[in-house]
Amino acid sequence: MATVTPTAAGLQDCRNAWVATLEQLAEADPRIVAVVNDSVGSSKLNSFQKKFADRLINVGIAEQVMVGVGAGLANGGRIPFVSAASCFITGRALEQVKADLAYANFNVKLVGQSSGVAYGELGATHHSIEDFAWLRPLTNLTVIVPADAWETAEAVKWAAQHDGPVYLRLSRMPVPDLDIPNRTFRPGKAEVVREGSDIAIIACGTTVHLAADAAEVLQAEGIHARVLNFSTINPLDEAALHRAAATGAIVTVEEASIRGGLGGAVAEFTSANQPVPVERVGFPGFLPTGSTDWLFQEYGLSPEGIAAAAHRALKRKA
Amino acid sequence: MLMNDKVPLIREKALWMRRTAFTMVHRAQLGHPGGDFSAMDILATLYFGVLNFDAKRPDWPDRDRFVMSKGHATGALYSALCAAGYFPEDWLQTYMQPKSLLNGHPNRNYLPGVETNTGPLGHGFPVATGIAIAGQLTGATYRTFVLTGDGEQQEGSNWEAAMVAGHRKLSHLTLIIDRNRLQQGAGTEETSGLDPLDDKYRAFGFDVVEVDGHDHAALLAVLGAAPASKPRCVIANTTKGKGVSFMENVASWHHGVPNAAQYDQAMKELV
Repeated sequence: MATVTPTAAGLQDCRNAWVATLEQLAEADPRIVAVVNDSVGSSKLNSFQKKFADRLINVGIAEQVMVGVGAGLANGGRIPFVSAASCFITGRALEQVKADLAYANFNVKLVGQSSGVAYGELGATHHSIEDFAWLRPLTNLTVIVPADAWETAEAVKWAAQHDGPVYLRLSRMPVPDLDIPNRTFRPGKAEVVREGSDIAIIACGTTVHLAADAAEVLQAEGIHARVLNFSTINPLDEAALHRAAATGAIVTVEEASIRGGLGGAVAEFTSANQPVPVERVGFPGFLPTGSTDWLFQEYGLSPEGIAAAAHRALKRKA
Repeated sequence: MLMNDKVPLIREKALWMRRTAFTMVHRAQLGHPGGDFSAMDILATLYFGVLNFDAKRPDWPDRDRFVMSKGHATGALYSALCAAGYFPEDWLQTYMQPKSLLNGHPNRNYLPGVETNTGPLGHGFPVATGIAIAGQLTGATYRTFVLTGDGEQQEGSNWEAAMVAGHRKLSHLTLIIDRNRLQQGAGTEETSGLDPLDDKYRAFGFDVVEVDGHDHAALLAVLGAAPASKPRCVIANTTKGKGVSFMENVASWHHGVPNAAQYDQAMKELV
């Protein structure tokens, strides 16, 4: 199967936080159900299935009906968490996500598993790097990309009590806990990971800790970078983007296509409101064969790659 | 009340709905009257003979659900919802006008009584399946009815839903197929044939019933029958454009719109 980097000490598979939180919520609220497309194991829902057998609805390998059933369950007063590999839950069922969830504004939570390039060598069919571009324009749909285990748990809790459609974009890639004191999860708001005024690095998901490490590299060179955890992609935190643009240069980092995703959103915003150089770190399109780690290194999703992008942006700074 | 006592009311409502829908389409010079008219008797029978609903409480959890999967037939759906008391008659005059709540395809956030947003084909049946699963999970007694076009059955998502509904024995789910044998441009059988539809649905685990989709008493008997142990598929044999001579069985009336003379002619026939 796919590349899964061995979990080193201090790194966490955020899927554990997802399932532990979902089970807690389901204990307390009988309306919560899970819907899957034969993806019980990859969604880590085996334990949920044992505890709540009738509340785990496996429609088989059929993503269109999986998302449609989610909308119907919401119509019937349930709170469905529809969980499957991101590449299929978005791409295969995109019209259902658009019409049945976003446009109809049903209270359904989509949970995209193994997003980005988590499936490494399995190739472009199994990568989910287009999902931001596909989902970001959908009115009503909140898109959240948690950066670590704590934020994953908080996002799942928030999604359960929010009345409306949500896309939670999770990863199986082990990530460290972000070192931020006194955190509060605020959907729709960027989180300041580090203060700085020379440049802003705007990252999401699995790349936030890399952006923080890049800021350390830059610090050693006397460059003070602000680092933002931009975990809500839709709607955009415009106030945070105004403050980021005020630094005069921006780098965006995402485990996604550089076309139409977080970088695209930031470029749209800055070009209309506060033009500054924006360097986008991410993937250019369909990718060659390679492990997740190799793809991250090759395309500059690394402290060094992000620092290099910062230098490019600073060179263009007025 | 005997079931057949409802037939005169259904007949009266179906006539009003046909006149109303054709007037909406004529005024807007937009719409899908052919499919409106093939479905009209099915909707009239549901709303005035079968469905358990309260138009003043569209969110009543125990209501029976009707999902209009052939979402383009808004002339039929809106005239039915209006006749059923979900919104006042003057709203119909705004059909497809700028910012109207009566969009070309139904939106549940605009109009009470709309269960889900449809328009792209093959969406209603999966959603109805989810509604029925919710009822099965909670032991609710409500029933879920979904109407698809027959050409719409070419969408693969329907067959995903059919597998799930059959597998889960969703006894409170009824799929109605408006079998007028015409799709937008040609006959279904010359485009991508559907027959034998009954065998297909039987193989997917449905009880299958065929009915004359314009016979109110027959529709009432079939749609009003108590749930059994399986989901039900009602193949309603219909005529596209039923009730207006020049529209009947003419594919171009799928989204044709009447001129003044055609409108007057139709109003003379619809009495």
